[in-house]
Amino acid sequence: MKIALFGNPNTGKSSVFNLLTGLRQQIGNFAGVTVEKREGFLSLGDKKYSIIDFPGAYSLYPRAKDEKIVYDLLTNKNQELYPEAALFIVDAANLERNLLFFTQLYDLNIPLILVLNMWDLTAKRGIEINIEKLEEAFPGVQIVTSNARLRMGKDRIIQAIQTLNLTARKSFFLEDYQVAEINDQEKQIAETNMRYEKIKKLIEVVEKVKETKTDTFSRKIDRIIVHPIWGYAIFICVLLTIFQFIFSFASIPMELIDGIFTDFAAYTSQILPVGVFNNLICHGIIPGIGGIVVFIPQIALLFFFIAILEETGYLARVVFIMDRLMRPFGLNGKSVVPLMSSVACAIPAVMATRTISNWKERMITIFVAPFMSCSARIPVYTLLISLVIPKIYYFGFINLQGIVLFSLYSLGLIAVLAVSFIMKFIVKSEEKGFLLLELPSYKNPRWPNIGISILEKIKLFIFDAGKVILAISIILWALASYGPNNSMDEALEKTKKLKRFTSLRKVDKDRELASAKLEASYIGRMGKFIEPAIEPLGYDWKIGISLITSFAAREVFVGSLATIYAVQDDGATKTRLIQRLKRDKNAKGEKTYTVASGVSLMIFYVFAMQCMSTVAVVKRETNSWKWPLIQLFVMGVMAYFAAFLAFQLLR
Amino acid sequence: MFDLSTMKVGSKSEIIAIENSSIKSKLIEMGFLVGSSLEIVFKAPLGDPIAIEINSTVISLRKDEANLIKVRKKN
Repeated sequence: MKIALFGNPNTGKSSVFNLLTGLRQQIGNFAGVTVEKREGFLSLGDKKYSIIDFPGAYSLYPRAKDEKIVYDLLTNKNQELYPEAALFIVDAANLERNLLFFTQLYDLNIPLILVLNMWDLTAKRGIEINIEKLEEAFPGVQIVTSNARLRMGKDRIIQAIQTLNLTARKSFFLEDYQVAEINDQEKQIAETNMRYEKIKKLIEVVEKVKETKTDTFSRKIDRIIVHPIWGYAIFICVLLTIFQFIFSFASIPMELIDGIFTDFAAYTSQILPVGVFNNLICHGIIPGIGGIVVFIPQIALLFFFIAILEETGYLARVVFIMDRLMRPFGLNGKSVVPLMSSVACAIPAVMATRTISNWKERMITIFVAPFMSCSARIPVYTLLISLVIPKIYYFGFINLQGIVLFSLYSLGLIAVLAVSFIMKFIVKSEEKGFLLLELPSYKNPRWPNIGISILEKIKLFIFDAGKVILAISIILWALASYGPNNSMDEALEKTKKLKRFTSLRKVDKDRELASAKLEASYIGRMGKFIEPAIEPLGYDWKIGISLITSFAAREVFVGSLATIYAVQDDGATKTRLIQRLKRDKNAKGEKTYTVASGVSLMIFYVFAMQCMSTVAVVKRETNSWKWPLIQLFVMGVMAYFAAFLAFQLLR
Repeated sequence: MFDLSTMKVGSKSEIIAIENSSIKSKLIEMGFLVGSSLEIVFKAPLGDPIAIEINSTVISLRKDEANLIKVRKKN
C-alpha cells in the first residue's frame, strides 16, 4: 500500500518518516526532475507499506519546482505514485497555518491520518487543543499526537495506519472543491482566503490559548547569531572549525582506504594469472573503486556538520545573514554552505545544493562550485610553488610562496563570483527568486536523523556518481596501459637495450620501463598530439600526459609526473621529483619549468574541471549531461586562456 | 499605511493589504492575512532580509518581498 507523507516545512516530517521506516529507506529522484524522493518501507504483520516523503509545502499550489511535484501528483489520479492514503504532519503549536494544506487534501478525498507532531510544544506555548472537537470537524480522519524528535508516538501512528478508514468520505471542508489551474493565482488566493476564514472559526472552537508565550530562548540566541558583527564572526569561526575537522580528520581514513586498496590490488595481481584480466582488475577496477570509496570520509564529515547546523536551526540563520551579500551575484543565502564546502571538495558541495529550491540559483551554484580551490588542488599547487616560486620573504615574515598560494585561492573565489554574475543574465528562469524562509526555533540535534542523513548521501554518491567514476577510470586505465600496434613492446625493448639500463637496480629498471610504457601508450600519444595546442601555455608533451591522466582527479598530476620522469615517489615532500623537474629541459634546451610555465600551470588548475567525480556528481544532481558538459567546456576554455595569458605575460 | 520593511525592529503592526505579485498567494498561504498582526524580530545588516514573527513563527523575507505587505502600526 502506498502512503504519502505531506506537511508544511519544519513540522518534523522527516523525523516522522525516520521514526516509521528507520534505515529501510531508498533515496532517489522524482521522475524527470531533480527533487529528492525519499521512499521508506514498513511491514506490519503480513502487510507491506511503502511510505513516500513528499517535499514540504504550505499549500497544494506550487511556487517552486519541488512543490510542483505535489500539485502534479494530486491533480492526476493515474500517476504511479498517487497515494492510497496520506499521513499529514502538522506542527501542533501552529495549527491554523498547517490546516490550510490539510483541508485541501481532505477535499480531494484522500484517506487521511492527521499527526499532531511536536505535541510537547503546545503545552510549553500555553496552547490547549481539543482533539475530539477537531475530529468532529473532519469526520473520517484519524487524529494522533506524536513527538517524533523524541521518538514518541510511533505506536499510535502505526495503529492508525492499521485501522485506516479507506472508504470515501461524504463530508467536505469546502463543498464542490475544484482544484485551481496552476497559473490561476486569482482563484487560488480566493480559495486560500475562504479556507482561512473557515479555519479561523474552527480554531476558535478547537484551541485555547492560555497566554501567548514567545520563544524567548531563541530570541536571546538570535540577538548574537544575526548580529551585524558577531553574526559574521561566529559564522567564520564555525566554518573554520568545520574545515579544520575535515582537513585533519578526513585525511586519516582517506590514507587508510588508499593503503587498503593499493595492498589489495597488489595482492590480487599476485594470485590471479598474469594477463589482460589481471591487469584490468588490479590496475583498472580496484583502483577505480578505491577512487570512489576514498571520498566517503569527506562526504560523511561534511554532511555530519551540515546536518547538525540544519537540525539545530543555525543554517537558516546563515542563509538569513548571507542572502543580501550573495544576491548581486545571482546566488542565494543558501549557496553559501555549498560554496564553502567546495573548499574541501566539490562533490559533497554539489550534493549540498539540494537545499536551494529555486532552480536557477541552484544551477548557478552547482556551476560555479568547482572553481573554489578544493583539497585535491593542494598537492598540485604545493609541488609547483616549491618548484618555480623562490622562497623570498618580504618585511621578514611575508613569504612569497604563501602569497602565491593565497592568490590562487582568491582567484578561484573571484571566478565563482564573476561566473555566477554572468550566468545571472544568461540562465533563463520563469520562477522568481524569493526567500520566504521559516527560521525555526533552536533545538538540540537528533543523532538518528543525522546518521540517516549521512548514510543517504554516501549511498547516493557511491551508487549514482560511482558508476560514472568507475567507467571513466577504466577508460583512463585502458588508455594508459595500451598503445597502438606493438608500440608498447617496442618501447620496452628499446629501453631494455639502452646501455645504462643493464647497470640499474631492479626498482629503477621497473621505473624506467613504466615510464617508457606510459610514453608509448594511447595517453602518451595523446599527450604528444596535444603538444602544439599547449605549447603556447608553456607546456610540453610530458605535462600534456599528466593533464590528461589528472582528469581522473587533480592530485594524479603529481603521481603521473613521477611516473613519466621515472622518479621514486618519496612521500609528501617530493624532493626528488622537484630536483628532477628543475633540471628538465625542452627540445630547445630551455628549462621546462620556469616561473612563467609554472604559474601558467597553476592557473590552469584553478580553472579547469580536472575531476571526473565532479562531472559525475553534476550529472547526477542535474539529471542530464547538458550541465556537466557545458561546465567542462566553459571551465576548460577559461583555464586555457587564463594560462595562455599568464605564460605570455610572464615569459 | 506603511511598507512593512520601514517598520522598526520590535514594533508591532497589523496587515491591511498585500500588493499583487507572483508571490502574493504564497504570502497568504504562509499566514500573511489581512488583519493578522506581526512583529519585526530582527533585521539583517543593511536592513535586508528582515525577520518577522507571525502566528508565533519567525519568517524571513527579503526587503522587496516585505514591501508588498502594507501595515498599520499597533500598540
